[in-house]
Amino acid sequence: MTDLALPPHHVVRQEVSRDEWIMRTATMAVGVLLIFALVLPLYAMLSKSVEDKAGQFIGLANYIAYFKTPALAQSVVNSFFVSIVSTVITVVLAFGYAFALTRSAMPFKELFKVIALFPLLAPSLLPGISLVYLFGNQGLIKGVLMGNTIYGPIGIIIGEVFFCFPHAFLIILTAMSLADARLYEAAEALRASRLRIFFTVTLPGAKYGLISAFFVVFTLVITDFGVPKVIGGQYNVLATDIYKQVIGQQNFQMGSVVSVILLLPAIIAFAADRIIQRRQVALLSARAVPYEAKPSLGRDSAMLAFCVVVAVMILGMLGMAAFASYVTFWPYNLKPSWKNYDFDAKDGIGWAAYWNSLIMSAWTAVIGTIIVFVGAYLVEKTRGFRLCRTLIQMLAMLPMAVPGLVLGLSYIFFFNNPANPFNFLYQTMAILVICTIAHFYTVAHLTAVTALKQMDAEFESVSASLKVPPWKTFWRVTAPVCLPAILDISIYLFVNAMTTVSAVVFIYYVNTTLASIQVLNMDDAGDVAPAAAMAMMIVYTSAAVRVLHWLATRGLSRRTQAWRRR
Amino acid sequence: MTADGSVNGRSYLRLRGIHKKFGSFTALKGVDLDINEREFVCFLGPSGCGKTTLLRAIAGLDVQTSGSIEQAGRDISTLPISSRDFGIVFQSYALFPNLTVSENVAYGLTSRGMNQADINKRVAELLGLVGLSDSGPKYPAQLSGGQQQRVALARALAPSPGLLLLDEPLSALDARVRIHLRHEIKQLQSRLRVTTIMVTHDQEEALTMGDRIVVMNHGVIEQVGTPLEIYRKPATAFVADFVGTMNFMKGTLVSPGRVRVGGTEIEYGDTAATVSPGAAVTLCIRPEDIAVRNVSASQGTVLQARIEALEFLGSFFRASLTPDGQKTALMADFSVNAVNDLGLSRGMALPIALPRDRLRVFAA
Amino acid sequence: MNAKTVMWRLSGLMAGAAALVMAGAAYAPPAAAQKTKVVVYTAIEADDLKKYKERFEKDVPDVDIQWVRDSTGVIEAKLLAEKNNPQADVIWGLAATSLLRMSGEGMLQPYAPKGIEGISAQFRDSANPPAWVGMDVWAATICYNTVERDKKKLPAITSWQDLTKPEFKGAITMPHPASSGTGYLMVSSWLQLMGEDAGWKFMDALHNNVGVYVHSGSKPCRQAGAGEYPVGISFEFRASRTKRDGAPIDIVFPKEGLGWDMEATAVMKGTKNLAAAQKVADWAASANANTMYAEGYAVTARSGVAKQLPHLPAPADFEKLLAKNDFLWAANNRQRILAEWNKRYNAKAEKS
Repeated sequence: MTDLALPPHHVVRQEVSRDEWIMRTATMAVGVLLIFALVLPLYAMLSKSVEDKAGQFIGLANYIAYFKTPALAQSVVNSFFVSIVSTVITVVLAFGYAFALTRSAMPFKELFKVIALFPLLAPSLLPGISLVYLFGNQGLIKGVLMGNTIYGPIGIIIGEVFFCFPHAFLIILTAMSLADARLYEAAEALRASRLRIFFTVTLPGAKYGLISAFFVVFTLVITDFGVPKVIGGQYNVLATDIYKQVIGQQNFQMGSVVSVILLLPAIIAFAADRIIQRRQVALLSARAVPYEAKPSLGRDSAMLAFCVVVAVMILGMLGMAAFASYVTFWPYNLKPSWKNYDFDAKDGIGWAAYWNSLIMSAWTAVIGTIIVFVGAYLVEKTRGFRLCRTLIQMLAMLPMAVPGLVLGLSYIFFFNNPANPFNFLYQTMAILVICTIAHFYTVAHLTAVTALKQMDAEFESVSASLKVPPWKTFWRVTAPVCLPAILDISIYLFVNAMTTVSAVVFIYYVNTTLASIQVLNMDDAGDVAPAAAMAMMIVYTSAAVRVLHWLATRGLSRRTQAWRRR
Repeated sequence: MTADGSVNGRSYLRLRGIHKKFGSFTALKGVDLDINEREFVCFLGPSGCGKTTLLRAIAGLDVQTSGSIEQAGRDISTLPISSRDFGIVFQSYALFPNLTVSENVAYGLTSRGMNQADINKRVAELLGLVGLSDSGPKYPAQLSGGQQQRVALARALAPSPGLLLLDEPLSALDARVRIHLRHEIKQLQSRLRVTTIMVTHDQEEALTMGDRIVVMNHGVIEQVGTPLEIYRKPATAFVADFVGTMNFMKGTLVSPGRVRVGGTEIEYGDTAATVSPGAAVTLCIRPEDIAVRNVSASQGTVLQARIEALEFLGSFFRASLTPDGQKTALMADFSVNAVNDLGLSRGMALPIALPRDRLRVFAA
Repeated sequence: MNAKTVMWRLSGLMAGAAALVMAGAAYAPPAAAQKTKVVVYTAIEADDLKKYKERFEKDVPDVDIQWVRDSTGVIEAKLLAEKNNPQADVIWGLAATSLLRMSGEGMLQPYAPKGIEGISAQFRDSANPPAWVGMDVWAATICYNTVERDKKKLPAITSWQDLTKPEFKGAITMPHPASSGTGYLMVSSWLQLMGEDAGWKFMDALHNNVGVYVHSGSKPCRQAGAGEYPVGISFEFRASRTKRDGAPIDIVFPKEGLGWDMEATAVMKGTKNLAAAQKVADWAASANANTMYAEGYAVTARSGVAKQLPHLPAPADFEKLLAKNDFLWAANNRQRILAEWNKRYNAKAEKS
């Protein structure tokens, strides 16, 4: 057939259709947005750390100065200490809790699962405030501490465990839900003891989940600012050092040095977690028979007792803040009162901060969901254009490794530069929205990608062959089919925008003060009960939105049952 | 247009020198192929042979690295997907799950400026054509696999494309539905007279459905021919082996028409093979071509053989024979009648004939 | 449900969210366009921000105040950091000791507000026109929780020296002098009252009893009110408010005299809104403004407007409690004193 020895033709380049050009332009736009919202600010921050106050390049002099200041260098040690201790405690508790939910036949599992997720609804300042009421000098149960003060590492660790528990729990629960019942049957058939089964089947199965939870929690703790700010007392950690350097002393160079130092462990932990997760995927692909625990009175009651204790601690933290917010004057006048919710009487911002938070969260949810989902769609479905798509994928993962404080500080450097044409965004609501979307981009992006990957890969090919432009298919098919994921993304962004404090604390302005910032400021001014009240407003709002989301998702799945049935 | 369906004496689809590289891997190595209008062509080959890659190149989904493609006299080598003229059905069907069957079929029509009444008419016509007239308001998930397949077909055909591409359209279905759909698709194709290319790894599918079959291996075309040609006259040892069952005997060419296998010289009729005397060759014969009735030298070489094993396979028996002086056994298929009439049984010795015109010779 | 319904619902959701957002955007004051915006840096108490803005804008409707509020130390650091690119138009309500430093750095635009003659000389910069003009005085005051006092049988407090008694170990909070103006006026007054050596010795002893140094001047009194720490060194405004809110505290004015500082107003040099900034300075020195200050502070720059405040002595008596204070000394030695303080006590400071 190939009688003609054809010379190697010049490489065929497919013409790019108008539709594809539009897709590529949109993809590029998303890339530019991410560079603008992440890369340039971070670059501004990094370069600040090697400059003196006059803006001259001075190499690593700032870093050397940092490590020569014993009080600052001590923070590195402190940060690692509380992070490691909190992480170990959190992971152990979360493992026990997840174990109870997946490997026992105890009752009320669904209830316990919901309770475990409660801390996600609160700003990380809330546990600090609750701890003051629980273990402070006038604390309800301060005796438990046997004379030790809550202001310091003990308080930080308890607060962080509360704050990080749901994150660790979700990761480990997912890992443990994948258990293969056949392994347990085999072990039992071989008459292995319970303990032996635990160490040879349960623990290895949860291994990657545990390691992943370890890294995630470690990163959360070392980068968290809310808990140590409120309850840390004189115990300095890296996250509060950044705040102190930048806000207290307006020493931006040193602030950026601490940021870079904080960025390192966060990036290492993040990279380690990514590697682990890749292995977990391999584990996942094996089809397993889901494990169903057989009732066992001893184990089940022990597990139930354990879960009750953890759940009571979680509810106790929230309940304490709620209670404190309703009493007239802690601890001397416990008559119920709405006085602490009269924020307008506390300062010139008052309830406006709460409405600001709602507006900011709504914008973040709407704009963020559109950008994240369209961005993920373009990355997944654009033909060719590989370099740009790979770049966006990498950029989308970056926010996970960047602590909120570092991002917020980077935004000051980038947007508060008079030479920046986007300088006008500084001190606006828009910059808070941009920063919050960027801060929480990764998880939202991954949610969108997961949903898109579950779609038939040939939808776009079919539409092109039918000469239907891709955006029409996006609107008629992709978006409706991914609606549950879209709702998930928007709720995730909304709740995080409500609760976040770390990134926005550097870039809010007096008329864009947010509820979470107001919690911080009122606590600073000694108005702890109103701070608790504002924190509870955040909790109520997040919870209400969650319930709405749950109802919407349920309604949606009922309506779309016809075409979802498989 | 000429009688064979070619345009101005040229074929409808004309591929020249198609190469496709994925990184360092070359998936297609210079494919030349002509497909006539209204023809049903099957791309057949093992997985990884390049058949799907070739189909995707024709569709513009994965454009070839080099080479040219012409459709209906138009060079489409570099055109984007949306500027080409084809309908496609994927293995997964890729039906839009949130749209009804009617909406799926109408999907490619709405963008063409047709009015709603015409669209409805065309959708009804196509659903009638694939036998799903009542399923219009249903969602794909409410249909069986075979029905979904037909919806995908209707959707691809709705805008009346010049070329229908089918990428393993039947492989996700169970065996009975598959056989039923083979006929339906074939009938539909001959009714609509649309030029069709179907990729399959199932030789039975290719043999029953294709007007012509393109057998591919390692990125090259091994043979193009009618099903009978492919089966009866495989052009290469690969085709001989891949399509149907085949006995292979290693030997040496004595002279054109004679091959020595072991201690025996065997005559064959196919003298087209370009091998010179003394060269190592492979001699092939299909199991059903080995004759046991009325054995005579006029048919071809006659050998004495022993039945080593006899397996009953329902409609026929498969025997394992060892000819005298041979080491390797031959498979032979005997009809139930033949086994009864001749009283064949295990351990029995009998004369067999290797018919001259049924033997093929390939350079080893 | 077909695709159209899904999309309708999705659009509805989006529209709803957008409407919510629009409603929020509309929340911004609509008349802002015609008003001149001035950026006002301040360290006044957060509870007063709204009142100050409303009263000012009632009298001066064409100027829109944009507050940037933080504690004294933070505002001072911010102003110094922005020295080459000032963001503030005017400073209204910052410690005079801090403004003296700004003045020394040449960052202030001297301006004599209307009616300056009504403000006594000791309440304004001696230069003419003055770089800054005072508003009111705030003074170090002890909040002492009576419930905890009785429960723990703590001794009575009448003097600063009483705070060094061993019974008070871990029972005292005070503001960090680097971040809080109140904190600094305490330190500077102790050094002036007792002399430097004795002053530091006193603070060494006090440090042994301090449970925690906090970020703001208000928090110690709030903490004392809640019994978190029985003794909070704070200032009279917060003491009065805390007692009003129902906290079981005694307000103690140590007999050696109270350290004090003045809240003051100044126009920033290089402001692009000079006229508007001067209107702020004018109003801040007006009788109306002083009447407003008098609602929270016993001693104001304009005499004759002061009134009796709940739980505080009469204004005339209160003025007698104030210790002698050399502002210039306090301002000029601020950096040296804070450096020394940090060296001695920083380990116990709450994050600023």
